[in-house]
Amino acid sequence: MNQAADAQPAPVEQQALKSGTSRRWLLAATLTTLLVALPVGAVLVLALFPDDNIWPHLVQTTLPIYLTNTIKLMLGVSVLTLVIGVGTAWLVTMCQFPGRRFFEWALLLPFAVPAYVIAYVYTALLDYAGPVQAALRDAFGWQNAGDYWFPAIRSLPGAILMIGLVLYPYIYLLARAAFLEQSPSLFAVSRSLGQSALGTFFRVVLPIARPAIAVGLSLVLMETLNDFGTVDFFAVNTLTAGLFDTWMNLGNLGGAAQIASIMLAFVLILVTLERYSRRRQQQYAARDMRDPLQRFALSRPRQAACLVACSFPLLLGFVVPAAVLGYYAVEYFAESWTDDFLENAVNSLFLSGTAALSTLLIGLLLAYSRRLHDTAGMRVLMRLSSLGYAMPGAVLAVGVIVPLAAFDNWLDLRMERWLGWNTGLLLSGTAFAIVFAYTVRFLAVSAGSLESALQKITPSMDMAARSLGMPAGKTLLRVHLPMLKGTLLTAALVVFVDCMKELPATLILRPFNFETLATYVYQYASDEMLRQSGLPALVIVVAGIIPVVLMSRSIAASREFH
Amino acid sequence: MRSRLTAIAILAILLNLPLAAMAAGEVNIYSYRQPYLLEPLLDAFTRKTGIEANVVFARNGLAERLQREGRNSPADLVMTVDIARLNELVERDLTEAVTTATLEQDIPASLRHPEGKWYGLTSRARLIFAAKDRVEPGEITTYEELADPKWKGRICTRSGKHPYNVALFASMIAHHGEAKAQQWLQGLKDNLARRPQGGDRDQIVAIAEGVCDIALGNSYYYGKMLEDENQRAAAESVNLIFPNAGGRGTHINISGMALTHSAPNRDNAIKLMEYLTTPEAQTIYATVNYEYPANPEVPPSDVVAGWGTLHPDDLPLNTIAENREAAVKMVDRVNYDN
Repeated sequence: MNQAADAQPAPVEQQALKSGTSRRWLLAATLTTLLVALPVGAVLVLALFPDDNIWPHLVQTTLPIYLTNTIKLMLGVSVLTLVIGVGTAWLVTMCQFPGRRFFEWALLLPFAVPAYVIAYVYTALLDYAGPVQAALRDAFGWQNAGDYWFPAIRSLPGAILMIGLVLYPYIYLLARAAFLEQSPSLFAVSRSLGQSALGTFFRVVLPIARPAIAVGLSLVLMETLNDFGTVDFFAVNTLTAGLFDTWMNLGNLGGAAQIASIMLAFVLILVTLERYSRRRQQQYAARDMRDPLQRFALSRPRQAACLVACSFPLLLGFVVPAAVLGYYAVEYFAESWTDDFLENAVNSLFLSGTAALSTLLIGLLLAYSRRLHDTAGMRVLMRLSSLGYAMPGAVLAVGVIVPLAAFDNWLDLRMERWLGWNTGLLLSGTAFAIVFAYTVRFLAVSAGSLESALQKITPSMDMAARSLGMPAGKTLLRVHLPMLKGTLLTAALVVFVDCMKELPATLILRPFNFETLATYVYQYASDEMLRQSGLPALVIVVAGIIPVVLMSRSIAASREFH
Repeated sequence: MRSRLTAIAILAILLNLPLAAMAAGEVNIYSYRQPYLLEPLLDAFTRKTGIEANVVFARNGLAERLQREGRNSPADLVMTVDIARLNELVERDLTEAVTTATLEQDIPASLRHPEGKWYGLTSRARLIFAAKDRVEPGEITTYEELADPKWKGRICTRSGKHPYNVALFASMIAHHGEAKAQQWLQGLKDNLARRPQGGDRDQIVAIAEGVCDIALGNSYYYGKMLEDENQRAAAESVNLIFPNAGGRGTHINISGMALTHSAPNRDNAIKLMEYLTTPEAQTIYATVNYEYPANPEVPPSDVVAGWGTLHPDDLPLNTIAENREAAVKMVDRVNYDN
């Protein structure tokens, strides 16, 4: 499929672009964005009415610590995920070594492990009472903790390691896709002009892959910023900890919403800076597919080094936690394998599947509308629609309750007045509220990846289709969708896995007696009873593996197909 | 695109109707306490009355949810593990005053709201745990002594922001005034062996590990640890101390319940409230969870009674709740958690 269409596009009539269809797209995109931005808007409104001004107290006492810890955490996680993600992506894409094809998909596996679960597992393994230290004490005859030094897992470095290990796949996934899309001839040209392989990597390959890596990193950073489970468990006081303290202990929801808004601004600035720094770059896929990808043939020791480099993240991020959970699952199988367990699994699958579908549809609507109307307004809409991702789940949940409950109560009052019926709470406290929250939260994932994938399709394709009389909707269906198949699948699966793991919003929004696998795991794990929840935790991980494998296949296939 | 979304929304709602529907013979609970801890009590209630009990559990956000759902909220009861949460519900005017002869008779006045806006179900004492082999009996008998420099580097606690610690610090403010209490808290902080982390059980485990000699923790955790074969050894390595037992009494907190304004199943909810205060239910609390029953007719379990006699601090619970904000800010000022 040669994307650089040779045919001169026929001049497109101005009329065609301003046609009714096109305006309908814009309207639909605007309305959807407003709907999706409601919860974030609700939080911003709450921020305007704090019970008390928390800032003088915070600034005088703990704010500097919260800020330093947050920045250290974000920096540490960035470095770790970039090194692991970009490094392994490059190795499996460009180097020939035994096990390469296995690592291609296996390196995605840690993505299926929720950060709070990996934190519990490593604490169980590495703290004083765990098997590692016990073995060391046995071996060296130490009596108690005073006799030796062992790195504390419950610490800032520990948190960086835990979060980094399960989030690097975001970067790996996007970096690998970007490397695969690059034309091998670019690489050849660079080498023939005298650049070393490493020089080429840093001067040619990385700059071209930068937009994709930046998307991955911004997802990583947003997840890190709003992580509560891990930092709370490790007693690392970040801004999120301050937020919950203000909310739960000082009872100041408005103040908490202010902290959430500041975190939001933080993310917005980061993303904007990144975009601004490459504002003059526009990349279309100019793939020259005549050359097949040439992988480096490596010497034996180098092959071994590749193998080790790729094994580490897989081992630490997936094999160890999965093995520990598997052990617990077997040990407590009889207690865990109940009807409730099956019902919880169905709940998780249903919610995550529905949310994956809805984020995909909305993401497509927004990304394509932006393609039709590449205006400043539309770009703002895109950004607005992805704000939910940068907000801690529990805060977002309150943001979801506010408009939904207001709507329910408004409707109930109207219906009572006009018809004498009570509709009660139609939306709040139902699965709809949860799916809505998931959609708001993870729309950034699907909209972002669809947007960047669409951008890579040269506009001459649209022009050709449209000038041949195809309306906008049909062009999307017949021209873009087939080319986006891989991206669509990837986006849907990432959202699916994310939803399977989501905890804080689900806890607050769910109906009565309603458990997902994640909430079920939490009620035990939060009470230091991880062993009892080994099976459901393992199922969350396994459910995450299936999409991960599919995802990887589709990416590999997209390469072979061309 | 929107029509498809609407279809999804409708589908989602339809699939959920059986869960959201409020049939007769139900009572709905928003709980800050894990469902598996409530289960034995609720099961017994259902067996007795035929009324089904439905639960939503979360650690936070339930008060916001209740408030926003307003008059249409399905919740009848809120169950909490801390006086502060009960007080918050009253302050937001989300609870309904209810008094019945049974409730008034079963729960002493000190463990309920004067107008019946909440009722305590159990109380839990905040104890000092001390290493058997490193701390002499009688070497520490009060909370005040935790600030004594002789314990430097020998004390472990969980986060100072945890509601259980906040309530204890609030009681210190009530007894000594803010300035003195802050001095005390600074002293305690200076004595810490490590940055506050983990839960109450982790502190007892830390004593067994030799990280520290003294820890603060709620009484029932100790019972739970004795029950757990992985933690029994740690529990057996410490002595229990009821602080200030010879003076003003040991600090207690309560778990409790409150009826909501909007309760759609009000009668069932009151039946459940009354059931939970009966000797039968209180005995379950005492034996399964190792808590002190609020109903004075029910003695603590034999295991709990074996730890010693509880002389609770008679500071009104409302006073503790009122000092909570001051306590939280004090924790920040001495930078307790970092």
